[in-house]
Amino acid sequence: MTQLPQTTERKLGLVIDLDTCVGCHACVVSCKGWNTENYGAPLSDQEPYGEDPSGTFLNRVHSYEVTPAEPDATAKLIHFPKSCLHCEDAPCVTVCPTGASYKRVEDGIVLVNESDCIGCGLCAWACPYGARELDAKEKVMKKCTLCVDRIYNENLPEEDREPACVRTCPANARHFGDFADPESNVSKLTAERGGMDLMPEMGTKPVNKYLPPRPRDAAPDMDVLTPLLKPVATEAKGFVGWLDKALSTLPGGKN
Amino acid sequence: MHPAPSVIIFTTFSGLGFGMLFWLGIGVHTPTGFTAFAYFTVAYLMAVGGLLASTFHLGHPERALKAFTQWRSSWLSREGIAAVAALIVMALYGAGLVFAATPFPLVGIIGAILAALTVFTTSMIYTQLKTVPRWNQWPTPALFMSLSLGGGALFVGQVTLAFLLLLIAAVIQGIHWVAGDSRLADSGTTLGTATGLGTMGRVKAFEPPHTGTNYLLREFVHEVGRKHAFKLRVIAFGLGYALPLLLLALPYSFLLAALAAIAHVAGILASRWLFFAEAEHVVGLYYGKR
Ligand code: SF4
Ligand code: SF4
Repeated sequence: MTQLPQTTERKLGLVIDLDTCVGCHACVVSCKGWNTENYGAPLSDQEPYGEDPSGTFLNRVHSYEVTPAEPDATAKLIHFPKSCLHCEDAPCVTVCPTGASYKRVEDGIVLVNESDCIGCGLCAWACPYGARELDAKEKVMKKCTLCVDRIYNENLPEEDREPACVRTCPANARHFGDFADPESNVSKLTAERGGMDLMPEMGTKPVNKYLPPRPRDAAPDMDVLTPLLKPVATEAKGFVGWLDKALSTLPGGKN
Repeated sequence: MHPAPSVIIFTTFSGLGFGMLFWLGIGVHTPTGFTAFAYFTVAYLMAVGGLLASTFHLGHPERALKAFTQWRSSWLSREGIAAVAALIVMALYGAGLVFAATPFPLVGIIGAILAALTVFTTSMIYTQLKTVPRWNQWPTPALFMSLSLGGGALFVGQVTLAFLLLLIAAVIQGIHWVAGDSRLADSGTTLGTATGLGTMGRVKAFEPPHTGTNYLLREFVHEVGRKHAFKLRVIAFGLGYALPLLLLALPYSFLLAALAAIAHVAGILASRWLFFAEAEHVVGLYYGKR
């Protein structure tokens, strides 16, 4: 059913911390690994070892350079993981002619029922974020499922019941939780750190939030104690003085 | 956007086919017997041929019937339903003309409305997409409708109607191009809003996520195709509008009308190619492209 639910009971999603992401792409690899073996059609590769490799991924990490307007400020490199944001007002869902794309009432996850998908690609056209890719081999639409087959999976140990990308992130830059609960880890992080929406002007109301990079600490000019520290010796004396003079007489020794 | 031949052919010819069906249904021209058969064959070849071409870009055309289910929310679903309904109703009307030499005006009018609705729903599939600012503007449905009705009138041999409607279409085409050129900039979507980093300074795509290409770049980013856009606009405008208008203004002869129709189709194919190739999808911004 491609009409969107008015509200969902829970709003499961991710917080992605642009301050701590180191751009290692581990989330990309673990996502591909889990999702090619589990829920739905595998994520195919074309010419993986050939000249022009390409393939389906549900999560990709861009890197951006941000140059502040102040003249002497230095540019920053920011790594930027991007996957489906499980939008509340998901345009990808309403355009779908078959009902294959839907948003779940119970937890807000946006999914594709692959046996109904005709592979028309219109949902990918409607998504502003490039979060959907039509698999070149299976010819059905693939997208992030928020690891729906992990988070409720009682066969997995408790600590593994979160999306593969979150579980694997070595920098702890990815957090998973329920945004409908103001006390959840993700809601608190969003509130504390000013979590932001991507392309808010598109009106998609993304559930996933991005935490902006924190301002860098500026190194102070000198330690407060520096003026109190007198140099121990200004003129070399004794053996060191002799050594200094002797070495200075050598060619190239004076500077 | 990638200018896929299947979609260019589909939108051009089905537009013309349904435009013909519209005028036949309205009854501006009521051929009977064999002549009617010839008219309806041309209209159906274009309308159905276009629809079939559009199924070539589906990953799973064998499931196409499912696309009739989501008319409540999806313009693509509405288009499918309108198209099939128009084709069925107009087949009844056509059968009346061909076999009984009798027009059933009510059937014709209903069929005409459904045919026009089909073209409108097609145009809305593109117009609804906020992600493609160039399409997301009122001249898009206006262009599709005026072209379908103008081209349809041309093919039904209605010189005055065709002349007037193609003149209107030419103006809308101009507006669509000129207004379209600034739509992305006007939309306010930039790499800054796409990443949320715009408040920190100037954002530049430094490293793409992958060394090769991918579905998104193949489908949505088509920078190369725009290099010759201006020349193609001139060709599209000359063949699609100026030449047919000139030929229609001359004293009527079948040869001139046929020439006008051929030039029009060639020009509109070029214009449709541009419609896709020039359309910038905002996802390109993430790659530092348009
Ligand atoms: S990010 Fe894209 S695919 Fe995901 S819900 Fe939003 S519009 Fe749909
Ligand atoms: S590609 Fe599949 S999921 Fe997407 S709009 Fe088409 S039918 Fe729906």
